[in-house]
Amino acid sequence: MSNASRKKLLLMGHSGSGKSSMRSIIFSNYSAFDTRRLGATMDVELSHLRFLGNLSLTLWDCGGQDVFMENYFSSQKDHIFKMVQVLIHVFDVESKLINKDIEIFVKSLTNLQKYSPDAKVFVLLHKMDLVQIDKRQELFAIMMDKLQKISNPYQFKLTGFPTSIWDESLYKAWSQIVCSLIPNINLFNSNLIKFNEILDAEEIILFEKTTFLVISSTASIKQQEQLQLQLNQQQLNQGDRKTVGDSSRQSLLRETSTQNDVANEELDPKRFEKISNIIKTYKQSISKLRTNFTNLIIRGSNGTTFYLDILTENMFIMIVLKNQNEVSANGIKTNQNEELLVLDNIKAARKWFEKIENSK
Amino acid sequence: MEATVIPNPKDSNATILLMGLRRGGKSSICKVVFHNMQPLDTLYLESTSKPTNEQFSSLIDLSVMELPGQLNYFEPNYDSERLFSSVGALVYVIDSQDEYLNALTNLSMIIDFAYRVNPKINIEVLIHKVDGLSEDYRMDAQQDIMQRTGDELLDLGLEGVSVSFYLTSIFDHSIYEAFSRIVQRLIPELPSLEHMLDNLVQHSNIDKVFLFDVNSKIYVATDSLPVDIQTYEVCAEFIDITIDLDDLYIENESLQEKSTNRARKNNYDDANNTNPNLNRNTNNGEMKELKSISHLSNGSILYLKQMIRGLALVALIRNESIGNDEHELASYNATSEKSIAIVDYNVNLFKESLMKMWESSRFIQNNTVRS
Repeated sequence: MSNASRKKLLLMGHSGSGKSSMRSIIFSNYSAFDTRRLGATMDVELSHLRFLGNLSLTLWDCGGQDVFMENYFSSQKDHIFKMVQVLIHVFDVESKLINKDIEIFVKSLTNLQKYSPDAKVFVLLHKMDLVQIDKRQELFAIMMDKLQKISNPYQFKLTGFPTSIWDESLYKAWSQIVCSLIPNINLFNSNLIKFNEILDAEEIILFEKTTFLVISSTASIKQQEQLQLQLNQQQLNQGDRKTVGDSSRQSLLRETSTQNDVANEELDPKRFEKISNIIKTYKQSISKLRTNFTNLIIRGSNGTTFYLDILTENMFIMIVLKNQNEVSANGIKTNQNEELLVLDNIKAARKWFEKIENSK
Repeated sequence: MEATVIPNPKDSNATILLMGLRRGGKSSICKVVFHNMQPLDTLYLESTSKPTNEQFSSLIDLSVMELPGQLNYFEPNYDSERLFSSVGALVYVIDSQDEYLNALTNLSMIIDFAYRVNPKINIEVLIHKVDGLSEDYRMDAQQDIMQRTGDELLDLGLEGVSVSFYLTSIFDHSIYEAFSRIVQRLIPELPSLEHMLDNLVQHSNIDKVFLFDVNSKIYVATDSLPVDIQTYEVCAEFIDITIDLDDLYIENESLQEKSTNRARKNNYDDANNTNPNLNRNTNNGEMKELKSISHLSNGSILYLKQMIRGLALVALIRNESIGNDEHELASYNATSEKSIAIVDYNVNLFKESLMKMWESSRFIQNNTVRS
């Protein structure tokens, strides 16, 4: 439990692009509607956030007016750009002054390369809700292409997200940003997989407690593994392209993996963000009774059961179980036993995850 | 229950007529309450030009009819007489942010006409758009409107007419509250329903219980304790959350499953009406029934269970045993588990009697129609 894990995140972008709105929604429980009340940010606003207990983030919300901007790049530059872990640059897709936006982006990249070359760079194309639905993908691809070209000379690899405060895309982006900062994410993943082997669940998801950002889920782990597998296959393919027998076996392998993919892809790909959103709404709604919730069990209409429960001090776990034995003589009784069993399993899992959390 | 299910003649009375001057907010009310439209989006609604009629089958088969504001009801070719005689409730919307003297004259004329045609009609007045008024001014406006309507009716010689007033706005839950009251007055079985819910409350440690229409978030009945608006809001939102989460993992199911699910969200089950469907429902009854339980950190429990015909029972269960043995967490868990089992059992009984009540109301009607 050392305090060395203090992370510095820079949130930059031109004024009015929606930086403070994002911060308020993700970390201060604002609704998208409430953000209209936010005024301009003066200079730099610091907020300290504790995430997963001992990972503490300092978010530097940098006001985007020209006066402040010039300051950042001249007199304050060593103060601002030193020890940066993550730069989050926000672009307003409706902005008329694209060239100026890019100019600022280049300036911050230059400074970043000088003062903290190991920083990760994320680009958010914000206010996507203002673009027609069919044009969003295209616009995003064009912009990302352009920005990547610009940042190539500075040797930064960009990760981009289209975002809007009016849908779940904001949660998706921030959950990936924050996850990139968790040091022992692999330990969480491997334990989650082990836990799933015991439960044989449809899906297990880990959430952070205060923000409800997704930390890890069985589906995303599987996806990563498959990506890894495919990469390996490609390397193999390149290695012995001549042997025909091998390639046929590999295509077989690939087939099985795509079959697995299909099972996952049939679910809503945006479900994590939607769940984050729904649970956050629930939390806010419950706060009217001046309390919080400890768990939520839903027996769905088609045999799916949801369990949402506290896992550790800083995490929630959500388990989705598909009911296998659909025709059972005494349906109610088995169901109730199953409920208790799963809750007991979660209790048992708590110990392990607490250990991981404290081992940092 | 035989195959000859004739539409209950009583149900034709469950029509709500929505009237008011133009731009009073009638269509917005309809959209927000019955179509889950966001209140802000109603700014862009077109002016309604024709009477609209919509059917909702909840515990009663409700239909809401909306009349355009600029219509002249006293034109001879307009069959207002037949219209008023078939209506159970007349809802008149007054825009409280506008000058309302005109609306009041219009209202008293309509009441005069409607009451002569159909003395059993319920007359409800929504003092609407109060979100723009300050707290003190709301009461003044209500007082003023009530006073003036009373005077006008006195002048017309209609002292006996009872008119109910509600302060409403689509930006909070007051409109749902008002509509709940209005719909409740159209349900003939309401007293026995309330009695059943009271029984449930007494025997299950329940703080407050609502019988919701899932689609519109109107509560059809509640127990006799006073309604706390916050509890109502939390319960209504709990339904949304349960359904939203449930829907997320349904999309990979077959189309048929999907459609039944959609039917559940809309006005589902006329399925209970016909025998084959009834059988199917009881076959998979245990699996298909949506149910959710949430433990809160102050020891209370939110409980939701799906009932028949688009209804859901939502209850807030308190926990008395907390406080004394906080240290013995295990025993606390055990007691809460036990209390849920009791609630489960009682709620199942309630559901059975609800089903019986609904069927018998049909059955009796059939007999009387025949004889």
